[in-house]
Amino acid sequence: MVTLTLDRVGVALGRRPVVRDVSAAFAAGTLTGIVGPNGAGKSTLARAMLALVPATGAVRIDGDDVAALPRAGLARRIAYLPQGQTLHWPLTVERLVGLGRLPHLAPMSRIAAGDAAAIERAMARADVLDLRDRIATELSGGERARTLFARALAVEAPALIADEPLASLDPGHQIDVMELLRAEADTGKLVIAVLHDLTMAARYCDRLLVIDRGTILADGTPRDVLTPDLLRAVYGIDARIETGGDWPTVTTFGRAQPPD
Amino acid sequence: MSRSLLLALLAALTLAAAIASLLFGPVDLSVGRLLATASGHGDSIATTILFELRLPRTVLALVVGAILGLAGAALQGYLRNPLAEPSVLGTSNAAALGGVAALYFGFAQIHPAALPLLAIGGALLSLAVLFALAGRSESPLTLILAGLAVGTLAVAGTSLALNLSPNPFAAMEIMTWLLGSLENRSFEHVWIALPCVAIGAAMLLWNSRALDALTLGEDAAQALGVDIRRLRLRLLVGTAIGVGGAVAVAGAIGFVGLIVPHLMRPLTDRSPSATLLPSAIGGAALLVLADIGVRIIPTTNELKLGVVTAFLGVPIFLVHLMREKRIW
Repeated sequence: MVTLTLDRVGVALGRRPVVRDVSAAFAAGTLTGIVGPNGAGKSTLARAMLALVPATGAVRIDGDDVAALPRAGLARRIAYLPQGQTLHWPLTVERLVGLGRLPHLAPMSRIAAGDAAAIERAMARADVLDLRDRIATELSGGERARTLFARALAVEAPALIADEPLASLDPGHQIDVMELLRAEADTGKLVIAVLHDLTMAARYCDRLLVIDRGTILADGTPRDVLTPDLLRAVYGIDARIETGGDWPTVTTFGRAQPPD
Repeated sequence: MSRSLLLALLAALTLAAAIASLLFGPVDLSVGRLLATASGHGDSIATTILFELRLPRTVLALVVGAILGLAGAALQGYLRNPLAEPSVLGTSNAAALGGVAALYFGFAQIHPAALPLLAIGGALLSLAVLFALAGRSESPLTLILAGLAVGTLAVAGTSLALNLSPNPFAAMEIMTWLLGSLENRSFEHVWIALPCVAIGAAMLLWNSRALDALTLGEDAAQALGVDIRRLRLRLLVGTAIGVGGAVAVAGAIGFVGLIVPHLMRPLTDRSPSATLLPSAIGGAALLVLADIGVRIIPTTNELKLGVVTAFLGVPIFLVHLMREKRIW
């Protein structure tokens, strides 16, 4: 069972510290949402987990320091779904999903039957089999999100980190993507997603990590973490949190008034 | 079109072009005479024409065209910019400056190998400057800006050499060389260019799938196991050595690296890695055909190869422009 631990992780972009002294442990089979305001350091923290930015402290996957692992070795252990949907070349969906097999291929080698099967499984899970021959740059936002998700799934890594996978998706497609993340965690994967929609995060995540100004402000189940006081402190908003249903729902009212 | 069919068609086209290149020229050889000469039973004139003039010329056109097409395709993939070509890194201009220096200071007259060797030296020096300027930054924009600086410096140096030429004949010699040509090349040139091009091509073709991963951006590519720094080093050194070797023997031949990947891309699945090999073969075919054109188009002076490739570039960009404006 895969584990990911952060031990006093700090990241500075230029001279500005963006992530400060973050320690946490993540277990297989859980979906953890990282929430917090813009500029809080969520994406930078996610990038530090993949050794994409130089960090102090240590990020370990199953005890191995990610910064010391060879790139391809790390890529086989943590799949990454980055923010944004920019595609520089008009590849077909199948070809794009196939990029997920890159960490498993030796230079100049051909795609093996096992890789082809993994691509098929990933496309089936993300429901993009019908789009196989379409050009990825010509897809709608929802189709493209599913295709990029399939690309991350094709890695078949035991851990998955998704950075704002719901950005610019309509509510229906947001649910589709959250269901996919949930399903991955339910199959035993370690899944971490940077999210902005608190109700979505509360509905699907087992655990929420609230980040503000580079540090963890709260860490626990959505019911424990999401309180009006916390939302006022972190986002500067007044909100009501309904806890009567199956999951907490957050209704925002407006900017919090500073106390007199 | 399947990849193997495309490669087979391109190889057939290149072979046909190469044979035509051996047949046509100021003195046309018949197929029978060519075959007799190739098997060692030819007359002395045909033997001289074939082995001392046309064969090295044809081999050079193949080799130079291949590396220009390949380097263009690799750089377009790496920089994620369809307008990239070897000259965006300043490499070809720096190699040209090395050649110009050999002509200007008269080294070229001391030994025929001086010019190509100085051109290769120019390309390698430009690479060192490029790394010093671009530093450890992984951004394509930084690299393009550094390449522009290197290229501009090299062009300025070339202009200075022309400006300070002691007499019009020296200036003319430099200008003529800069236009790019494969006229009067021998196997000595082939042996200078071939190792450079082979090393450069091997570096550019190695693990080309890493270029495909960059379709998703640099973070995603790294998260897929691509070592961006190593990839960049491999591509830049490969381009400098390969294109340096090509410019060293053929002069500055523009546009092949730019237009060939554009011609090939629609015939592939449009991924950068799939464009590389077809661009190499297509570049070889294009340059051989252009070099045949140079010989059979009747002009008082022989046309220069760089002039013909520049003219070939125009219609291809017009077609792109028309497609962009949705006229065609």
